[in-house]
Amino acid sequence: MMNLNILVAIPILTAFGLIAVKGLSRTRIVAFTGACIQLILSVFLFFAYQAEQHKGNTDQYVFTQQYDWFPTLGIHYQVGVDGISVAMILLTAFVVLAGVLVSWKQEKWSKEFFLLLTLLSAGAYGYFIATDLFTLFFFLEVAVIPKFLLIGIWGSGKKEYAAMKLALMLMGGSALVFVGLIGTYFWGGYSFDMQAADTIQMPVDKQMIFFPFLFAGFGIFTAMFPFHTWVPDGHSSAPTAASMFLAGISMKLGGYGCLRAAVFLMPEAAHAYQGAIITVAAIAIIYGAFATLMQTDLKYINAYSSVSHCGFVLLGIGMLNETAINGAVLQMVSHGLMTALFFAAIGMVYERTHTRMVKDISGMLKATPFIGTVFILAGLCSLGLPGMSGFVAEMTVFMGGWQAGDALYQFATILACASIVVTAVYILRAAGKTMMGPILHSEYSLFKDAGWNERGAAFLLLAGIFIMGLAPFVLTNIIYPGTADMMQRITEGSISTFELLK
Amino acid sequence: MNAFDLSIWIPILPFAGFLLIGLIGKKYFPSISGWLATLFMGVAAALSIYVAIDYFFLSAPSDGHYIAQEIINIPWLQFTDSLSINMGVMLDPISVMMLVVVTFVSLMVHLYSTGYMHGEKRYATFFAYLQLFTFSMLGLVLSSNLFQIYIFWELVGVSSFLLIGFYFDKPSAVAASKKAFIVTRFADLFFLIGILIVGVTGDSFDFNTIIINLTSPEGAGKLSATFLGVSIITWALTLIFIGGAGKSAMFPLHIWLPDAMEGPTPVSALIHAATMVVAGVYLVARLFPVFILTGSGAIEIVAYIGIFSALFAAVIACTQTDIKRVLAYSTMSQIGYMMFALGVSNMHHTDGFTASMFHLFTHAFFKSLLFLGAGVVIHAVHSNDMRDMGALRKYLPVTHLTFLIGCLAIAGVPPFAGFFSKESILHAAYATHPDIFYLALITSGLTAFYMFRLYFSIFWGQKEIHLHHFHGEAGWSMKLPLIMLGTLSVITGFVPFAEYITADGIPHLAETDIMFSIAPVLMGLTGIGIAMIMYKSANALPDRVASAGKSVYRWAYHKFYIDELYIFITKKVIFNLIGRPAAWIDRTIVDGTMNLIALMTTEISDSVKGMQSGKVQGYAMYFFAGVIGLGLLCLYIWL
Amino acid sequence: MSPISLNHILFISTALFFIGMYGLFTRRNMITMLMAIELILNSVNINFVAFNKYLWPGNLDGVFFSIFIIAIAAAEAAVAIAIIINIYRNHNSIDVADTEEMKY
Repeated sequence: MMNLNILVAIPILTAFGLIAVKGLSRTRIVAFTGACIQLILSVFLFFAYQAEQHKGNTDQYVFTQQYDWFPTLGIHYQVGVDGISVAMILLTAFVVLAGVLVSWKQEKWSKEFFLLLTLLSAGAYGYFIATDLFTLFFFLEVAVIPKFLLIGIWGSGKKEYAAMKLALMLMGGSALVFVGLIGTYFWGGYSFDMQAADTIQMPVDKQMIFFPFLFAGFGIFTAMFPFHTWVPDGHSSAPTAASMFLAGISMKLGGYGCLRAAVFLMPEAAHAYQGAIITVAAIAIIYGAFATLMQTDLKYINAYSSVSHCGFVLLGIGMLNETAINGAVLQMVSHGLMTALFFAAIGMVYERTHTRMVKDISGMLKATPFIGTVFILAGLCSLGLPGMSGFVAEMTVFMGGWQAGDALYQFATILACASIVVTAVYILRAAGKTMMGPILHSEYSLFKDAGWNERGAAFLLLAGIFIMGLAPFVLTNIIYPGTADMMQRITEGSISTFELLK
Repeated sequence: MNAFDLSIWIPILPFAGFLLIGLIGKKYFPSISGWLATLFMGVAAALSIYVAIDYFFLSAPSDGHYIAQEIINIPWLQFTDSLSINMGVMLDPISVMMLVVVTFVSLMVHLYSTGYMHGEKRYATFFAYLQLFTFSMLGLVLSSNLFQIYIFWELVGVSSFLLIGFYFDKPSAVAASKKAFIVTRFADLFFLIGILIVGVTGDSFDFNTIIINLTSPEGAGKLSATFLGVSIITWALTLIFIGGAGKSAMFPLHIWLPDAMEGPTPVSALIHAATMVVAGVYLVARLFPVFILTGSGAIEIVAYIGIFSALFAAVIACTQTDIKRVLAYSTMSQIGYMMFALGVSNMHHTDGFTASMFHLFTHAFFKSLLFLGAGVVIHAVHSNDMRDMGALRKYLPVTHLTFLIGCLAIAGVPPFAGFFSKESILHAAYATHPDIFYLALITSGLTAFYMFRLYFSIFWGQKEIHLHHFHGEAGWSMKLPLIMLGTLSVITGFVPFAEYITADGIPHLAETDIMFSIAPVLMGLTGIGIAMIMYKSANALPDRVASAGKSVYRWAYHKFYIDELYIFITKKVIFNLIGRPAAWIDRTIVDGTMNLIALMTTEISDSVKGMQSGKVQGYAMYFFAGVIGLGLLCLYIWL
Repeated sequence: MSPISLNHILFISTALFFIGMYGLFTRRNMITMLMAIELILNSVNINFVAFNKYLWPGNLDGVFFSIFIIAIAAAEAAVAIAIIINIYRNHNSIDVADTEEMKY
């Protein structure tokens, strides 16, 4: 048995600890300790969840707790996890620790920096354990604000513009989400409770109104076309750790919300809008991939490729069958790890060369073998090399997409498959130019290879990627039951839509 | 322990070697990593030979019918109840044969590389990559299901990428490695779609189950559905074949293979001659029972792509001057042979299957021999260009002899190995597709010509060249593989192949028709004769011939401008017509809309902010105006 | 001679109100504006007393209110003059047009 509140309490305690201490060395030790404890707890949760399942607990959510918050409005602070949340919590813990390690040498306002990182992680943990829509929304907001400051203060380039753009677009997303929540509240039995959602059936006509709000709102977080433009600007201006958090965790908040709130609560509407979701996702995948081809800045390359990769998440969710949704969840975890690693590698390169332009870098693999290797491994994962996490996730999405059967959906699947070729092109172009090739300047020989903290971050994320890629059953064992629980309701949704259409 | 159970250790050994050398060996024992890797390969090779002996002789079923045996089959990634990616080991005649070929050639290449790569800075890394490749290739041949083959397919692709780009500070090597990866990746896209179709239609990824499901009457019903007027099965198999064609460098996806010669020569011998490039042939052979189903047009495509590639590559090979490129085109041409040998089969004539596998088997030995020999030559001359070579037979006697054996084998001169395998291919082609037979005959003449052009240019010729820094031919670690492969190139032809490997597992009687062999052998000898006249001693004949057929020569020399066509398509069409507009639309239209919304908000607030003048009296005015307005409104409503 | 009717008194208080209003809107001197506000308050006081006298002669509510307002007006004048003195110290002027930092 595990008390889930501890997952939110640890970051908050860490934050208090950060306020209390002074100086870079102490600050980072507090932040590091907090992140480590959190990782240990998450791994513990992973095993505890499996133990619970072995005991024969078939509840959708386990370790549930509920406290009244605004009882008159039916708002509770309510937590619980299923397999999907456990997977996302693990991902968060990995990325947070790696992010703290990467920003080890954060000199400028280190205390505030780590404080904001910790707050962001608190928001993410709370979000993933929430089973009450209002609690979910609350933590979503908690996770948005620190990003604005992180980019605005510690960013580079057009940081004010980027911070503003990101905050405004994400806030816009939250606003849409809130409208959707209001709808589910008033027509879903005056309750924000997701655990009770099974028993409550929203009227289909109301679902048709509120589903787009909820889905698009969460979609903005996960870079849904055409609301993805905050991604390139935001990611490229953010400091390394913030980029990692943004791409690794924040974008997953959206995918998780689309699945957990939008599709699960309004399955009939999800079926009705299925074509639209798949179309938008397919556009994001192929168009994001081609847009990446033309980028010249390493961070822009990764940001656009994130748009393309997050399209797989939406595609998987849009297919509304079990395999594809499993694939979407796997892709969220995989993309989180992979893109965090990629941003970490780009950060390491940038710290040394002071440029991110592809044309100005060459021969990093020779100058700094470790960083070069990490970069290439991240690239290979991105293009879906078997043995790494990307392959597992993408193949599951493709398989689910193909099973969906409809010609349009199969066409979208083929487009998604085609994008992995384009991915190979842009990844190899970037890696070939920057990492391989001859050394450009003599100063390259002065570069120090990755320090222990950078190595630690890389090893941590690579461990996640390889475990998932070599032994996918570790993760699928917990994700599949979670999806299976949700599928029952989602499949029922398709039946009623069918009857509705008749 | 049963020999079959030992077979799972064969891929595990090189994988362990890869981890050991790649993770710790690179740092702590780089100098012995080569020998360590060779040792691992030696054990793996011994095990495979043991497994092969056991499979074909000791445990052979009494009725002589070889069956596929699944040693292990572990679910790895479950999609649905019936569809899952499994990790399995399947032993059947062709996988056991490939096991021997891969481990043995890999062992030879490892041994050779300890000499060839000696003194290289990243010596240990090289062996780690070689081990990774061998592991992937073994995984590929042992795969028990279609998705597993795809997984290892990608892994051999990436190890090939790493090895071609081994000298990664050389831009040409980086370009070549990227090209190889991307072209094969492009082909793999079709393979993947084909897998999805076959998997969902056949309701399994497992080879045996797919074959049973699809060849059954119900399966035939499912497959007869059409899309764009072509049956599903043809679509699926054609797509899978495109994947195979990419890996096996069939026209028009061959462009990566010649460039791949940028890699170290042992790599070319292992990956781009003997093992990885025949993966496409192996794939078609794996799905052979499905390919020859009636109603599938895919087998015809295999046949004609095969023969076209064989002829096309042979023509180009006659004009190239880089010795490794000549060998690369000859590889492409020989794989074309294997492909069309499979393609000329149908339900009733499955001799092509045996012939194709036979050629795969013999080709692996003599082609890796030729590459390794070329490696010695390149080491001695420090150049790839045959115009820098000549009269090397004095300096490199062992290489000279073994190279000659390789050339005779590939030219199909009896009693060398290539003669037997080529002969059986021609035989199979003659039975069903006479048109292909005649083209293949011409190709075999061309093959003999360009191989002996190569041979005479390197080892004969009158030009006296001075070898700088020449320290003797090579160490025994490099000579021994040459000698062993040379021996095998002579004797493997006598293996009665049809008694072991047939499409249905039932042994046939090996037969050789002397009368039939006359034409091919004559073609081969003619080719050799012409090459001897033109290249044995320096004369003006080659230039005269080249200028006589000027336009043909120029086209062939420029490889029929296929590369230029690809560059045009990628650079001009994909980058400029798709990528650039996509990036432009994103920045200008999509992001522009977002910025426009933000701009409009600013503009509107700008225009109303004048109200906030900071003048108290102004505010008081607004206030009273508001009060009066409200009063009037109330009056209007209530009166 | 007819007694003074409520209308007369209301007329005076309305006139006083608008005079105050006019002063408030047109004067730039804060002291004068304060005086104008006093006028407005006094017009309200007159109204209270008058309505009390003419409509509910038995009660004293209106008178109380006006006393209340007078007290508040005194306090308000004190606060306002304190503010004005502070403004004068910062700006060397008590012209409202000079104190418009709070715009936009």
